[in-house]
Amino acid sequence: MNTIPLLQINNISVVYSDVIQVLKGVSLTVERGTIVSLLGSNGAGKTTTLKAISGLLKPENGRVTDGTIMFDSKTVQNSAPEDITRMGIIQVLEGRQPFKYLTIEENLRVGTATRWGKPYKRDMDMIYEYFPPLIKRRKSLAGYCSGGELQMLVIGRALLAHPKLLLLDEPSLGLAPLVVKEIFRIIRRINEEQGTTIILVEQNAAMALQIAHYGYVMENGKIVMEGKAEELRENPDVREFYLGMAASGTTKSYRNVKSYKRRKRWL
Amino acid sequence: MEFFVQLLVNGISIGFLYGLAAMGFVMIFKSSSVLNFAHGELLAAGAFIFLTLVTWAKIPVFVAFLVTLAGSFLLGFIVERLFLRPLIGEPLIYVIMLTVGLASIFKGLMLLVWGGNLYIYPDFLPSTISLQWGNINIPPVYVVAIIIGLFFLTLFGLFFKYSSQGIYMRSVADNQTASLSLGVNVRRVFALSWAIAALVAGMSGIVLGIINGINVHDLSSVGLKVFPVVILGGLDSIGGAILGGLIIGLLETFTGGYLSPSLRDVIPYIALVFILMVKPYGLFGLVEIERV
Repeated sequence: MNTIPLLQINNISVVYSDVIQVLKGVSLTVERGTIVSLLGSNGAGKTTTLKAISGLLKPENGRVTDGTIMFDSKTVQNSAPEDITRMGIIQVLEGRQPFKYLTIEENLRVGTATRWGKPYKRDMDMIYEYFPPLIKRRKSLAGYCSGGELQMLVIGRALLAHPKLLLLDEPSLGLAPLVVKEIFRIIRRINEEQGTTIILVEQNAAMALQIAHYGYVMENGKIVMEGKAEELRENPDVREFYLGMAASGTTKSYRNVKSYKRRKRWL
Repeated sequence: MEFFVQLLVNGISIGFLYGLAAMGFVMIFKSSSVLNFAHGELLAAGAFIFLTLVTWAKIPVFVAFLVTLAGSFLLGFIVERLFLRPLIGEPLIYVIMLTVGLASIFKGLMLLVWGGNLYIYPDFLPSTISLQWGNINIPPVYVVAIIIGLFFLTLFGLFFKYSSQGIYMRSVADNQTASLSLGVNVRRVFALSWAIAALVAGMSGIVLGIINGINVHDLSSVGLKVFPVVILGGLDSIGGAILGGLIIGLLETFTGGYLSPSLRDVIPYIALVFILMVKPYGLFGLVEIERV
């Protein structure tokens, strides 16, 4: 059994357009077969971290200027997305992004791009088994499907690439609570059955910490806290700022104005 | 009546050729949002390569046809590799200006090599494939044009619908970032769309050359005619390009036949203006799927 971590990010900085620094020395480690959750408010740099891993910074004029990203003990920072995806890192973009004018089935076929020429029929059946709602819509244009179906579609599409590391960017965005629950259940199943390592970026910290093994909290382009998921769930700061609870465990009341005065300790 | 049918058939076959040329144009636009102003020159290049192979190198016609197609494919590939790839990520207007420049370079080169004279191909099409009903006589070229048109339309239709490479090309046109994230080789898709565009352009160049004779200026001006065709059909619809081609082809031959030959180049643009007043996105412009 290989004991070196699947992914090791060592102190990376990311700069957009040569001037805007978004990540200021982020380090994180992802062990094989685990789900790691990346939490934090808007603009904290979660998505940028994912894009630095998957190589999608380049089209946005961003660059890793410092530090290293080791995947399977190979350095991958600033490589082309074509190469990174072929090593087994697939990112599911935020806000779904289906191919609107392709049918569900054609969308899934694009997922096989990294394994061009290999048979995909059995994988396709596996995807339909994970995401049964997709079967009856397989011939319809993705643009006309519901948000829940699309989220399933884009995760399924990514799975067809047989990723070793799956990067999920806010899979719960804009979905009904029940659908979110369903999707998280499937994510956990994928992790357990396929052994896929997953990095999960989420605003919905409560859900994310339920299925994750380990978590990182980001703020202003830095990692400010990390720990096992259950430890983070119990941490009073995380509870207050990300789970919406008062330190005592009851739901926070906005009538208690003093609660606003409480500062995040790490800033 | 015979005159009408004659014009109809001529119009349809010319229309198919315009449609094919426009299809290449649409493919480039769809995958990379670039308007290719050098399209007419690619078309003329095909006609001249074929001319050289047939009259100078004396290669059998069918082989020469295949070699020309391969040559055009390669030409498109090289153009993308040398000129367009370095500009990926630059503002679109640079790329479009580049194609304008390419058009002048190609035109100049062709004038340098072949001069501005009008050439004709040796008569190689067997007269047995011409069609005859009573007084209506359809020359072999027009029959060939229709056959080639239909054949390649079906071929590309199937390619885009079912082949993996075709689906990847459509995915890039649809959402470039998402296809990058799934490992689609976007640069290969760009190269392929230029190569295929040059191939179909070259092919329509050959057949148009058989019909009208081969002249640098005439053939490259077909590149301009592609604009009313694609705008009429909708810039991003391949089916629309074909239909737009048919409409423009028919309009041209009918005006040429019934009104006056000097009007035939103007009428398409007049029709274009009127159709765009009613349908601003063209007849088959993609209806934006909007989720609210």
